[in-house]
Amino acid sequence: MTLTTVRPQLSPKVRLRFDRQTGRHLLLYPETGLELNDTATAIARLCTGEWTIDGMVDHLTRAYDNVSPDEIRREVCRFLDVLADRGLLQRLS
Amino acid sequence: MNNEHRPYTLIAELTYRCPLRCPYCSNPRDFAKHENEIDTDTWLRVFHEAEALGVVQLNLTGGEPLLRDDLEPLIEGAGKLDLYTNLITSGIPLTFERLSRLRSLGLDNVQVSIQSTRSSLSDRIAGAPSFSRKLDAMHWVTSLGLPLTINVVLHRENISEIEELIDLAERVSADRLELANTQYLGWALKNRAALLPTREQIERARTVAAEAKARLCGQMEVLFVTPDYYSEYPKSCMEGWGRRFIVVNPEGLALPCHLAHTIPGLRFEHVTQRRLADIWHHSAGFNRFRGEDWLPDPCRTCDRRTIDFGGCRCQTFHVMGDAGMTDPACSLAPGHGHIESARTQASRTTGTSVRFDYRTARGYASR
Ligand code: SF4
Ligand code: SF4
Repeated sequence: MTLTTVRPQLSPKVRLRFDRQTGRHLLLYPETGLELNDTATAIARLCTGEWTIDGMVDHLTRAYDNVSPDEIRREVCRFLDVLADRGLLQRLS
Repeated sequence: MNNEHRPYTLIAELTYRCPLRCPYCSNPRDFAKHENEIDTDTWLRVFHEAEALGVVQLNLTGGEPLLRDDLEPLIEGAGKLDLYTNLITSGIPLTFERLSRLRSLGLDNVQVSIQSTRSSLSDRIAGAPSFSRKLDAMHWVTSLGLPLTINVVLHRENISEIEELIDLAERVSADRLELANTQYLGWALKNRAALLPTREQIERARTVAAEAKARLCGQMEVLFVTPDYYSEYPKSCMEGWGRRFIVVNPEGLALPCHLAHTIPGLRFEHVTQRRLADIWHHSAGFNRFRGEDWLPDPCRTCDRRTIDFGGCRCQTFHVMGDAGMTDPACSLAPGHGHIESARTQASRTTGTSVRFDYRTARGYASR
């Protein structure tokens, strides 16, 4: 998931849901879910199929001005890997 | 809020009725005595109370949940609460029209169980002709764009088909394949001699499943649930007693697991008599095996006690006659000899097919 041209999109089976118990977001899918921190939530929200990874990094760098773009890129790639391994992204055709 | 005991999943057993008769059914053996089902409004209130407690996943199961003619309002109600709703079904009786209605009301995922890839064996295990209708059901699920989970309960008669099962799941574009070895409780315990595979069968299946899991990573999830009869340590049954799951049975009894009420001496309560939150936090039955105070030796001092919580209480009761002991599936348990002798019996009877005692409403008669 390092290609700069792909535009990640969450699989339709995935639902992002606010969790009142913890104040965090949960990414729900069959039988289970992931508890997300704020960055992961922000990344998940950008997985709409419209953003390239570069675009995501730019956007998030502006939102989190205390984090370096390199660090953000690492976070984005790491989280997209987690999603891809679990089959939570639309397959590239 | 104490996160140690937070339910994430409500397992709503809507009915014990089912057109099939699987010899490993997880419903209690005396299911037919419990035919008073709670009504639509009660279920909707239970969903509401469960969501307030922290539940985000809803499993609609049974028996066969499609036999409830109020599935539509139930799914609609769950959708309004933003619950992730899974329909767990044998696929019978289903029509394309009903499924598409359920989808439009907010159904998120469908799990269809199959017994084998061969229709004759599948029908024999299910105890009724059903295979071709299951195939139809799976196609309808994917053609409506719903994620499809295929669940197969593995045992000695179908475990050698593991490649074919994976193949079938790929062909119908399943999203997830659960290859779940039988849990030897209830009906399955009664049929253990006919169902328990040998160690060689398990090892072979495990290897094939692991290869498929790696090959299909990111495309189809392949889950292989090892039988604890062939593991060194037991599984963390239900992720711990009263920790992550609430089961509500067809009569409205709230339970930590499907068969908890078959353990004598535990007191469970009905959702019609007490709020779910009170039951979850304060009922004697839910608190009985929480925490560490109840732990027996050798669990009390074992490092794995926070991983497996001493294993399955129901299995312990049904094999040992005392739910408070270490799960006999654990190699460190005083009762492990029971499991070892079942394994020996399995290895001696390879190649012979033993008659099933099908799930039946009439006493415990076999046919
Ligand atoms: S295990 Fe078989 S008999 Fe039992 S509820 Fe499921 S489909 Fe019906
Ligand atoms: S002794 Fe108890 S805690 Fe330790 S592995 Fe066995 S069942 Fe688990």
